[in-house]
Amino acid sequence: MSEILDRARSQVLNDGVGLDEAQILEVLRLPDDALPELLQLAHDVRMKWCGPEVEVEGIVSLKTGGCPEDCHFCSQSGLFASPVRSVWLDIPSLVEAAKQTAATGATEFCIVAAVRGPDQRLMTQMREGVKAIKAEVDIQVAASLGMLTQEQVDDLVDMGVHRYNHNLETCQSHFPHVVTTHTWEERWGTLKMVRDSGMEVCCGGILGLGETLEQRAEFAAQLAELDPHEVPMNFLNPRPGTPLGDQPVVEGKDALRAIAAFRLAMPRTILRFAGGREITLGDLGTRDGLLGGINAVIVGNYLTTLGRPATSDLELLQDLKMPVKALSATI
Amino acid sequence: MFCDRCGNQAAEGDHTACAAARELEPPRFCPECRRRMKVQVVPTGWTASCVEHGTRTA
Repeated sequence: MSEILDRARSQVLNDGVGLDEAQILEVLRLPDDALPELLQLAHDVRMKWCGPEVEVEGIVSLKTGGCPEDCHFCSQSGLFASPVRSVWLDIPSLVEAAKQTAATGATEFCIVAAVRGPDQRLMTQMREGVKAIKAEVDIQVAASLGMLTQEQVDDLVDMGVHRYNHNLETCQSHFPHVVTTHTWEERWGTLKMVRDSGMEVCCGGILGLGETLEQRAEFAAQLAELDPHEVPMNFLNPRPGTPLGDQPVVEGKDALRAIAAFRLAMPRTILRFAGGREITLGDLGTRDGLLGGINAVIVGNYLTTLGRPATSDLELLQDLKMPVKALSATI
Repeated sequence: MFCDRCGNQAAEGDHTACAAARELEPPRFCPECRRRMKVQVVPTGWTASCVEHGTRTA
């Protein structure tokens, strides 16, 4: 048994205190033969501090493509030769997407826009869309609209948006290699405003952006410092035409080690399987992740790519005897 | 006809990787004219529209 796992068992499982950056790095460096024990410990931590429920969410792109930012992983940047074209979703289609999501048993529906930050047209579309969803669909509405002003934060609270997603994407030291049109600190500023507003903070990122293991540990520690309500974990799905289009995908075992390490860094957070898991982990790895620290999933399709059918994930949860978190439990 | 993922001639080159990728991606190019399509992904499907050749859905 490794020393770091002994310490994690005492510190995280027993006392609920997350690992620090140096300890996270030790976990990320564990050999493959320690992986089963690591995943079991992360699962035990999740069960003790979060419980068996799994939060299910659907996402949809309200405004796709044509983004002025240069996030090197993103096919929606207007600065790269990506085949993704700009398109807006109309309100009836948005409501229909929310209905489809609710029909899976999901309690969360996140509306996403590919923008630096919302303009007046987007905020108007959001206000109309959230109102229409709330009138017809029993589901919590979250949003991800880029960097916000204080006035926009207040508007989203007024609309009834209960959670705001704004990913830091990667650690502070690696961010300038991934995005040059805005800074990590600007993103942190929006997150602070969201936190202060009373909205729940959803903040995670993408693994496999060329970061080192040290930077992966740095990222987990920075997220733990932020202490978000939810951390979505994406794994790079290299997109044609983007600067990271030829980046190798994260190895499955490294992805599972990272999931467990993030869980041990943040024992109480909602740790969500997000984009790229189908490619990095496949069906078997999805199961391993749910038994290794994950306690939330995005079901169905993503913003510009497709996911597993929602029924596949729901059947897996049933098989694992993990109940889907009920709407009443999230309000 | 054109590959609906990469936009190149479907009959030229190897599109095995494109076909594999399309399992988890909607089409991006119109297979009839290779125009980039307007694609909207929703939780349970997608719609892809070519200005000349109409809309495909799944």
